[in-house]
This record gives sequence, structure tokens and C-alpha cells, in this order.
Amino acid sequence: MKPFRWSTGILYTVLIGYALVTFLPFAWALSTSLKPLSEIVAGGIHLIPQNPTLENYRQIFTQEPLFGRWLLNSAIAAFFITLFNLLFNSMAGYALARIRFPGNQIWFFLILVALMIPGQVTLLPKFLILKSLGWLNTYQGLIIPAAINATFIFMMRQFFINFPRELEEAAALDGLGRFETFVQIVLPLAKPALAAQTIFVFMGSWNEFLLPLVVMADPEMFTLPLGLNAFKGEYISYWNYIMAASMIFTLPALVVYAFFNRYFIQGVRFTGSK
Amino acid sequence: MTVIVSGAMPMGNLLKNWQIQRRQEAMTGYGFMAPTILIAGVFLFLPILYAIGLAFYRVQLLGEVRYDFTGLRNFIRMTQDERVWIALRNTVEYVAIVVPIQTLLALFLALVLNRQIKGRSWFRVAFFLPTVTSSAVLTLIFMWIYNSNGLLNQLLSWFRLPTYNWLGDPAVALKGIMMMNIWATAPLFMVVYLAALQDIPESLYEAARLDGATGWETFFYITLPFLQPVTFFVVVMGVIGTFQLFDQSYIFSAGSGGPNDSTLTIVLLIYQYAFKNLDMGYALALTLMLAVVLIVSTVIQRQLFKEQHFD
Repeated sequence: MKPFRWSTGILYTVLIGYALVTFLPFAWALSTSLKPLSEIVAGGIHLIPQNPTLENYRQIFTQEPLFGRWLLNSAIAAFFITLFNLLFNSMAGYALARIRFPGNQIWFFLILVALMIPGQVTLLPKFLILKSLGWLNTYQGLIIPAAINATFIFMMRQFFINFPRELEEAAALDGLGRFETFVQIVLPLAKPALAAQTIFVFMGSWNEFLLPLVVMADPEMFTLPLGLNAFKGEYISYWNYIMAASMIFTLPALVVYAFFNRYFIQGVRFTGSK
Repeated sequence: MTVIVSGAMPMGNLLKNWQIQRRQEAMTGYGFMAPTILIAGVFLFLPILYAIGLAFYRVQLLGEVRYDFTGLRNFIRMTQDERVWIALRNTVEYVAIVVPIQTLLALFLALVLNRQIKGRSWFRVAFFLPTVTSSAVLTLIFMWIYNSNGLLNQLLSWFRLPTYNWLGDPAVALKGIMMMNIWATAPLFMVVYLAALQDIPESLYEAARLDGATGWETFFYITLPFLQPVTFFVVVMGVIGTFQLFDQSYIFSAGSGGPNDSTLTIVLLIYQYAFKNLDMGYALALTLMLAVVLIVSTVIQRQLFKEQHFD
């Protein structure tokens, strides 16, 4: 047993204090979602509901007919965006790292430029292009523009550059074509990088607000963030419903995060340290 | 790549083989790049050209789409538009307050978490929670906490501190969004700092200890200089992120930028002009201004950090 040191005590005080600061808003939201409206109106700080109920959750699904649809729309968009990103970013990263083709350097440079362009700058022209394609208010209008990501093309390139060449050469000797080698040999060995990508792309598309806001006009096509915003307008003083809806929205992201947590830190490290 | 050819006979064949192989490689390369080139072309590079071009037009979106060339009129209008100045002032204030605080907080948390302590990974996961939660949910949770009889005011009055009408008072509405964003973003940069702290060679600290340096001295002469490139990254990402503030103020103010324009940001203003006033050309001109502001501020920061480096 080490003797007590003041610095250690202060350290833990800071850590636990900040953990409380992090948790309190979530705990308060969760608590509100389990309270009947009468308890909320009565006021007072009761973190633990006096009459806990799941009624709010039931109400959202029964009273708000579109809530299930929003959940489904979000799931469809997030699923396909993640799938396409994994495939396309890896393909492009692999080509840039491994295949000698004319223009290789130019494309790499363009990807680096694309990294620096914030989405807001291209938002309005993107809207005009989607409009002229007739893709407004459709799933493809939401999915296709988000199907690649310069950050992860760059990340995959860096990953494949350090990848042992011998495996691919062995596969080529066995008569595998370039794409077969890529799918059967290279991708399975890139799992950590793909996992980091999965979590970032999934979170990004699940939580995205601005692009769906611009693309989707029909409430039936809303994703959850938009639905939640509309929901807030409709149930302005029913904070019990709003918080219950927020909790349902947060749960899938939390599950994905808990599942891939290890790779999440790795991914931040990868993108953070450049 | 050099091809050594010995003997005259197979040279033609070799060259032809080599050319075929090269063509095949090129086709494979473009095959792998095809989805990226197609999507980036249509939804990334074309929009940039589009934005630059259309900023000089008046765009009529209702009914039949029409474009009328107006030259610099959109840009001149910007300078006379009072709401542009309000949005710019709000955004700059927001960046100037949020970025330094969130950077320092991230650094502080990373330094604390970098010590050898029990439950370190548990704390990391806990601190990270806001970063994985969507901005829409975070904003709603904070609006609930900020309401006039809400949790925050209850806590403030508990400590006998002044309470505010966070949602309705123009003087504090933006401050509320600032607090929320610092709280939500600092953990992300904390992880970036943590990663960088682990790259500092232990031998440097050992050498310093042998020379009798105090904890503060090692911090100022080893840790901080080592973290400088990462700090540049964190500050640039922070500035770019805060300049693009949209979701929070949109949800917070139901799209209006209120109360009394106090949460109006540049991106929200662009959104309003494009989709409420249907003034696409003018909104595009504003977008270009935002892009220029972002590029200029990145260049300025690069210069600042370079100069510090030579101190």
C-alpha cells in the first residue's frame, strides 16, 4: 500500500469531478425521460424519478406515427453510407498506395486538397446538383454524396503503404487477379483500419444534421436528427417525450461506440497525429 | 525503373509485354479509383467550380431555374448587409472564446489522464461520451437543462449564484451554446493530446531529471514544445469547426438565429438566405466569403505558430 499523496488525491478529485460534469447532463436527460409529466411540472431536482415509468417511450412510438420511419431512414442511410465508404475509400487508398497508374500523384494531391474543404462550402452547389439530378428527397441524394470521404482515403493510403508487399506477390503467383487479391487477402488484413473507419463514418452519418436538412423536404423522409427537431417543435413543453426520443436516438451510437471503442481511440490517433 | 535488355531478339517482345502490363496497371488503377473519381467529381470538385461561378449570378430557383449574371453585386451587397455583420461578429466572438478554452481544457485533461493512475481507460471512455452523441441530442438536452426553472439555474441558485434566462435572453444565449460546445468538443482534442503525449521519448524526461529540472521546468521546456505541432492541429481544427457552427444554433433558435439575432452564425445566415429567402446566388457569395475567412485564418495561425517555434 502506497502512502497517501496530496497530488494523487487532487488528481482523482479532478478526474471524478470532470466525469460528473460529463455524466450529469446525460443522467438528467435519462431521468427526465422516465418521469411522468406531472412530476416534471412539479419542479425540484430529483435525479431519481419518484414514479419511474416507461410510458414516455411507449407514447413516442404510438402517438408519433413517423418516429419509427425516422429511425428506419437513419438506419438505411447510415448502413449504406458506411458500407460504401469502407469499400470505396479502401479501394482508392489501395490504388494510391500500391498501383502505378498515370495521374496517381495528381489524384493524391486532389484528395489532400479535398481534405481541407469544409462540407459547408460545397453544400449549396451540392444541393443544386442534387436538384438537377432529381435526387432531392430521396435516399440516394443522402447516401451517394456521402459515399466517399477524403480523410479516410488518406488514412487507408497511409495504412496500405506500410503493408507487406510479399502477401500480394504470393497471391499474384497463385493466379489471383488484382481485385480478388484485394478482397480476399488485403481487406481482411486491414480490419483495424476498417473498424476505425466504420465507427467514424457510422457516427458521422447517424448524427449528420445539415445535409439531410437540405436534402429531405418530406417529413416521411426525415432522418432522426431532423425528426427530433420537428418533434421538439411539436411537443415543445413535453420534455419527457423529447428526452425519451433523444435517448432512443443515442442508444445505437452508444452500442457501436462500446463495441468499437478500442479502434475509436486508434482512429483518433491516426487522424490526429497526421 | 530500368529495364536491362540483353540480346537483340526478345527486345521487341519485352517492350510490348511491358507496355501491355503498364496499360493493365493503369486500367486496374482507374478501376479502383472509379467510384472515388465519379463521386468526388460530381459532389466535391464540380460544386467548388459551381460555387465560384454562381456567386456572380442571381439564381432564381422557384419554377423554372434561371441564372442572371450580376457581376460583383452580391459581394457589394454583403458589405451593406447588417445581418452579415451580426453573424460575423457572433461567429468571431464564438471562435475567440471557445477555441482557447477548449484547447486548454483538452490539454489539461490529457495531462491529468496521462499520469499512471488506476481506472485510466475507464475515465477516457467516460470523458468521451459527449463526442459520440449527436449535436441534435446534445442541444436538446442542454435546452432542457437551460430552461428558466431548469437544472442549471437550480444549481446556480443552490450556490447562491445569479441565474439567467439562458434560452430567451440575447445577452447569454450564445454563451449557453459556447459552454455546451466546449463541453462536447474538448474530449476529442483530449485524445489527440493523449496520443501526442505518448510519443514524447521518456529519455528526454530522464535526462531533465538528472539535470535537476523541476516538474514545471520539464513541462515548459520539454512537454509544451513537443506538443506544438499537435497544438497547431488542434487550434486549426477548432477554428474550422467553430466557424462552421450551425446545428446547435439552428436547433436552439428553431432556425431563426434568435433571440434577437444573438445566435445567428455565418452558416445559419447562409442557410437562411439559400432556403428561406431562396436567394441562392447571394448565399453562394457568402459561402465564398466563409471559405476565404477559413483559409486566411489557417494561414495566419500557421505563421503565428512558426514564429513561436523560433523563439
